[in-house]
Amino acid sequence: MSVTLERPGAERGAPPARPRPGLRRSADWARRAPLLPALVFMIVVTQLPFVATLVISFMNWNAYYPHARGFAGLDNYARVLTDVNTRNAIVVTIELTVVVVLVSLVLGMAIALLLDRKFLGRGAVRTMMIAPFLVVPVAAALVWKHAIFNPEYGLINGVLKWIWSLFGSSSPPQPDWISAFPLGAIEMTLIWQWTPFMMLILLAGLQSRPLDVIEAARIDGAGSWQIFRYMTFPHLRQYLELGGLLGAIYIVQTFDPVFVITSGGLGTANLPYIIYQTFYLAHDYGRASAAGVITLIGTILIATLALRTVSTLFRQEAGR
Amino acid sequence: MSAVTDVAPVPATRTREGAPRRHRRQRGGVVLGLVAWLIGLLFVVPVVWMLLTSFHSEPDAASNPPKVFAPLTLQGYREFFGAGGGASPWPSLLNSLTAAVLSTVVVLLLAIPAAYALSIRPVRKWTDVMFFFLSTKMLPVVAGLLPIYLFAQYSGLLDNIWFLALLYTSMNLPIAVWMMRSFLAEVPVEILEAASVDGAGLVRTLRQVVAPVILPGIAATSLICFIFSWNELLFARVLTGTRAETAPVYLTGFVTSQGLFLAQVCAASLVVSLPVLIAGFAAQDKLVQGLSLGAVK
Repeated sequence: MSVTLERPGAERGAPPARPRPGLRRSADWARRAPLLPALVFMIVVTQLPFVATLVISFMNWNAYYPHARGFAGLDNYARVLTDVNTRNAIVVTIELTVVVVLVSLVLGMAIALLLDRKFLGRGAVRTMMIAPFLVVPVAAALVWKHAIFNPEYGLINGVLKWIWSLFGSSSPPQPDWISAFPLGAIEMTLIWQWTPFMMLILLAGLQSRPLDVIEAARIDGAGSWQIFRYMTFPHLRQYLELGGLLGAIYIVQTFDPVFVITSGGLGTANLPYIIYQTFYLAHDYGRASAAGVITLIGTILIATLALRTVSTLFRQEAGR
Repeated sequence: MSAVTDVAPVPATRTREGAPRRHRRQRGGVVLGLVAWLIGLLFVVPVVWMLLTSFHSEPDAASNPPKVFAPLTLQGYREFFGAGGGASPWPSLLNSLTAAVLSTVVVLLLAIPAAYALSIRPVRKWTDVMFFFLSTKMLPVVAGLLPIYLFAQYSGLLDNIWFLALLYTSMNLPIAVWMMRSFLAEVPVEILEAASVDGAGLVRTLRQVVAPVILPGIAATSLICFIFSWNELLFARVLTGTRAETAPVYLTGFVTSQGLFLAQVCAASLVVSLPVLIAGFAAQDKLVQGLSLGAVK
């Protein structure tokens, strides 16, 4: 496999001789010095805001009522959790993440398996598959909204009209896709962009399979399904987990297509959009922070899982 | 891998039916190749449609059923670049470029020394440091957005492209540290030691031994950082106004015009996506390394 290798760290980490504790300490600092700028920068820029969010979440703070600022206890949390919109947003966030990750993983795996075979124009198909991932997300959302889903001149209804006209019918179905399936339209756009991501990771996983062992199994008479079930799939499992968890982390935070396609309307507002709305438009800082903390807790649950998977992968390689 | 042993030994009777099976497999291969082509085409249709529509006139772009073979024109691009009287997109494109390039450079300046201290001469508990970096990437940015906004407002940093670049730096630094570490871990330590025994200075060692191994890694890291900064919307939307507006924010703002605008939207989307499309296609393999945080090479 071609995952990061780590040489036995123990010997490498130890200096050849350790004469005096003072020297050792200064050597330790010499080792740490190159790391410190990045570490300090990250702590300041990413950790302090979360602490501030936590503090603000217990405060009564609305920019429209600057004099009413004060300690609010758990009020913000009570208001957030009893608010229909926020509860709806939690459900939407979960649905969006689960649907998009699962569908793009399954599609990505199917396409990766197809692309793992030799056929005419394999490179061209791979290039075509990557294209959706390289369209700027805002641009992708705009194009899907206006050029594809639009009921009057969108591509889908255009093609429907063309097909119906082939059969001499003048009354083709022309549904308004975004009004009829608002969340589905957003999911479709996201799946279109994320399937290539999953496909790329899984294809890399497939191509790192030990081919000689598979060839040996084939010679021993193992069928294609057996090889997939007992050899390819177990090998791919860690790549599936990696793709799924990285995908989940990004999609939980999805903002662009919700903002562009529905502006959070029609019951599609997810947590990031609700927080954006609460603080940027309604200026209710306390409540936005409470919603932020709730999102944070939810993400930490996923992230703990993700970290465990990545760390297994990582230590497994480090231990070699 | 370990699961290989699960495959039960199957009696070797394949010699007799080997030939017809191979024949069948070949025909199956052609069918599967066609299926792959079909799926690839389905996925690329929206991009091709965007490209085609961007070169159509507005009435042709808005026709139903679609006019695929309508005459081509640059009208959509001309309108987008300001012939229609709207605001020019150039300042926003320049802002995006500034934020993306600047943050990528700072990320590299911070990440390479850090990765060195995590691989070649590792600090104690270096794996914990690695996981700290990774965990920051997993926290939702939206949860930290409000304090950042308030801080920017308080210190007069709202609508400032440098401040945005700083935030993009924090957004991409964990990815860069992970990627650069995975590359630096491949530098042969024995050669480093030999070089120092031979009396080669630090600079010379870095240039002649380390650089050749990590230059591809730097390229992959830059590509990913550039793409993520260029694409970002939420921070830019909240923290910038008229002066520091980036291209994605400009895109969300300009679809308020009346009348037909489909060709213009497609032209705009294509222009804004073009740098990412070019960079991504040019470095397809680097893309995978970056997306998997350097775990897959």
